[in-house]
Amino acid sequence: MLINSMDMAHFVARGFLRLDAVVPREINQAFLAALNLLEADRQALPASHLSKLMELEIIPEVPPGTKLEKVYVTGSPLDRMLKLPEVSGAIESLIGKDPVFDHHFLHLAFPEAAFKNNPERHVSQHLHQDSTIDPRKTFDIQVFYFPHAVTAVMGGTRFLPGSHFRIVSEAAISRYQNILGQESVVCPAGSVLIMHMGMWHGAGLNQSEHLRTLFKIRLCPTEHQERLWDCTDLTQDHFRQHPTFWTRNQKKDPVQQVLMKQEPWYEADTGRLELMNRIRCWRLLLGDAGFDIDYWLTRIENEIK
Amino acid sequence: MERQKVLVLYLTSSALDARVIGWAQYDGSNQQKHMAGDSQTPPYTSGLEALQDGWRLIQASPLLSHTPGSEFKTDYLKYEFFFEKLVSVNGSANAD
Repeated sequence: MLINSMDMAHFVARGFLRLDAVVPREINQAFLAALNLLEADRQALPASHLSKLMELEIIPEVPPGTKLEKVYVTGSPLDRMLKLPEVSGAIESLIGKDPVFDHHFLHLAFPEAAFKNNPERHVSQHLHQDSTIDPRKTFDIQVFYFPHAVTAVMGGTRFLPGSHFRIVSEAAISRYQNILGQESVVCPAGSVLIMHMGMWHGAGLNQSEHLRTLFKIRLCPTEHQERLWDCTDLTQDHFRQHPTFWTRNQKKDPVQQVLMKQEPWYEADTGRLELMNRIRCWRLLLGDAGFDIDYWLTRIENEIK
Repeated sequence: MERQKVLVLYLTSSALDARVIGWAQYDGSNQQKHMAGDSQTPPYTSGLEALQDGWRLIQASPLLSHTPGSEFKTDYLKYEFFFEKLVSVNGSANAD
């Protein structure tokens, strides 16, 4: 089930796709049951708990570069989650049919009681961008799987829509505590959030009494990310330049509208640069080096020689 | 004894009266605990409003020339302003 052009434009503009409650209860329960350590094995400290889970080899150790199809045992909860039509279709639309695995990780956010001996460590995670400085035009995706419902007090993943094209160095942005437009995941069980690799994000503070569980998988394309989604819905109007600034409420092509909608945190000048980033990305995805919206790139490319 | 409270505001432009888009607070007096994602509403709508409330500006982002080849690159929040208040350990703010 490939995504359509509106969804693809949303991903390019905002950096994420959200698939709420797409994973059936039986898969969520099977995944959580495998992680539910026996009472005797439960560890008092968060780090010990995670180490114990690693020892039990519930989640496979996998070298980066492995083809995704070989990562998870057929029929296992994670294999079934990734093969759901909504999930596999979104992955294929973004990075193609033959992606490779980068890494995965189980993120557990413990409630306050787990920090009774060192309460200063019960804090939210600083804002960061994963991996390291990454100026590529090719993009990886990160699949965030939420096997149980996440309520507001559970401190679901905090992220900043529209931050994915900003080239920064991982934790260098940790000084930024709050930015207008930041969102925190609140979702039903079995939800999947797919993010562009560059998204600024961090774990929230779990103020509930329950453990919060998130499983994250980073995937990389092995082919050009050109017209991989269902782009048959793009009309001629999408490829036409429309009057800008001085307009009489002219209705723009809806996909162009999504691509040109700014985020509330963009600076007055760099907001325009972000629109240009999106158009450059859209050109690559379309395989159309001359595509433009509102003349943003054509204007600065008009170098008379 | 005095302690420093630090307020960092990120604005939409280099003008101090521009709109706040990001904020962070660090409290050396230990009266308040701040952390990432702890609020959805900025403490002030502009840098000027922070000045009017007694915060002292101690640093502002410089305006830098654009490096050839990187003119269109976006990265860190561009208009960062650091403010301080000195607070006595008994809780009264000297800057007020």
